Amino acid sequence: MDKIYAHPGSLRNTTTHYCPGCGHGIAHKLVCQVIDELAIRESVIAIAPVGCAVLAYDYWDFDCTEAAHGRALAVATAIKRVRPQNIVFTYQGDGDLAAIGTNETIHAANRGENLTVIFINNAVYGMTGGQMAPTTLAGQKTATTPLGRDVKIQGYPLKISELLTQLPGVCYVERVSLQSPTEIIKAKKAIKLAFENQINKAGFSLVEVLSPCPTYWGLSPVKSMAWIKDVMSKEFPLGRIK
Amino acid sequence: MAKITIDKEKCKGCFLCVGVCPKARIKAEKTLNKKGVNPVTFEDKGDCLGCSFCAIICPDCCIEVYK
Ligand SMILES: Cc1ncc(C[n+]2csc(CCOP(=O)(O)OP(=O)(O)O)c2C)c(N)n1
Ligand code: SF4
Repeated sequence: MDKIYAHPGSLRNTTTHYCPGCGHGIAHKLVCQVIDELAIRESVIAIAPVGCAVLAYDYWDFDCTEAAHGRALAVATAIKRVRPQNIVFTYQGDGDLAAIGTNETIHAANRGENLTVIFINNAVYGMTGGQMAPTTLAGQKTATTPLGRDVKIQGYPLKISELLTQLPGVCYVERVSLQSPTEIIKAKKAIKLAFENQINKAGFSLVEVLSPCPTYWGLSPVKSMAWIKDVMSKEFPLGRIK
Repeated sequence: MAKITIDKEKCKGCFLCVGVCPKARIKAEKTLNKKGVNPVTFEDKGDCLGCSFCAIICPDCCIEVYK
């Protein structure tokens, strides 16, 4: 018998701090599989976010650095400009990329920086205790919207991926989901394309990943996947946006 | 013929793999692992498809597949 599904070489064989059923583990694995398949492990530089994935550098066995909350794309810009031969990517949550880091995100995209962005949308701030994120759905209960997000008070879920597509510097934007094995396979293809674009110097590429946070959604891991399919992906439609 | 192996000490007991196995060959084990959770176990009845769905959805990379 041959091993047909193996632990990726660039993912350390260790137990992560993520909660059971957390999508960060799946997304980390996809990033590592793509890096191994493209044979770019020696040239890749990751920028970890502030958020639950703050310790991603403990799990990824390639060069990584850390940015202050929301500043990953500013750090990535500097690294890529100084070391254009390296493949530079950021991995950021919705609080990091679409709240405190909105400024850095929009301007890096508008400058058409030749970077790859993995954007983990789990509709909450996981690390700090499940507060409302810009991407929280209308009516969704969180620590700071205990009665559900009221769009009249807290505004609407922010579709930052759609906003970014209007910028001429943006090359590729796709929204994928971790809700099922078939969608995870599609997510991997999108992540691979986002890295290939950088290798081909095509410009700014972003993959938004709808990812479960069972802990702060108050759902079991299995029900969290169903919630992405039945509810979240209706607000954040899957597929290529640009 | 195919089979899977499970790293039961790394398993956090999310049971995402249980729901995606088309042959329903993955079950919760009765004994706890060192983390204090019931890990999953593979009941090999010789009909594993090698589809890798369980491994693909495992957030903790505990499953490897052979075919
Ligand atoms: C400058 C600054 N402001 C606020 C915080 C607190 N903080 C840490 S993580 C976080 C939000 C994380 O949410 P998200 O980016 O969605 O990632 P997740 O934890 O859900 O993966 C906040 C507000 C901080 N660390 N630094
Ligand atoms: S709080 Fe949510 S995002 Fe953070 S590790 Fe737990 S499940 Fe994952």
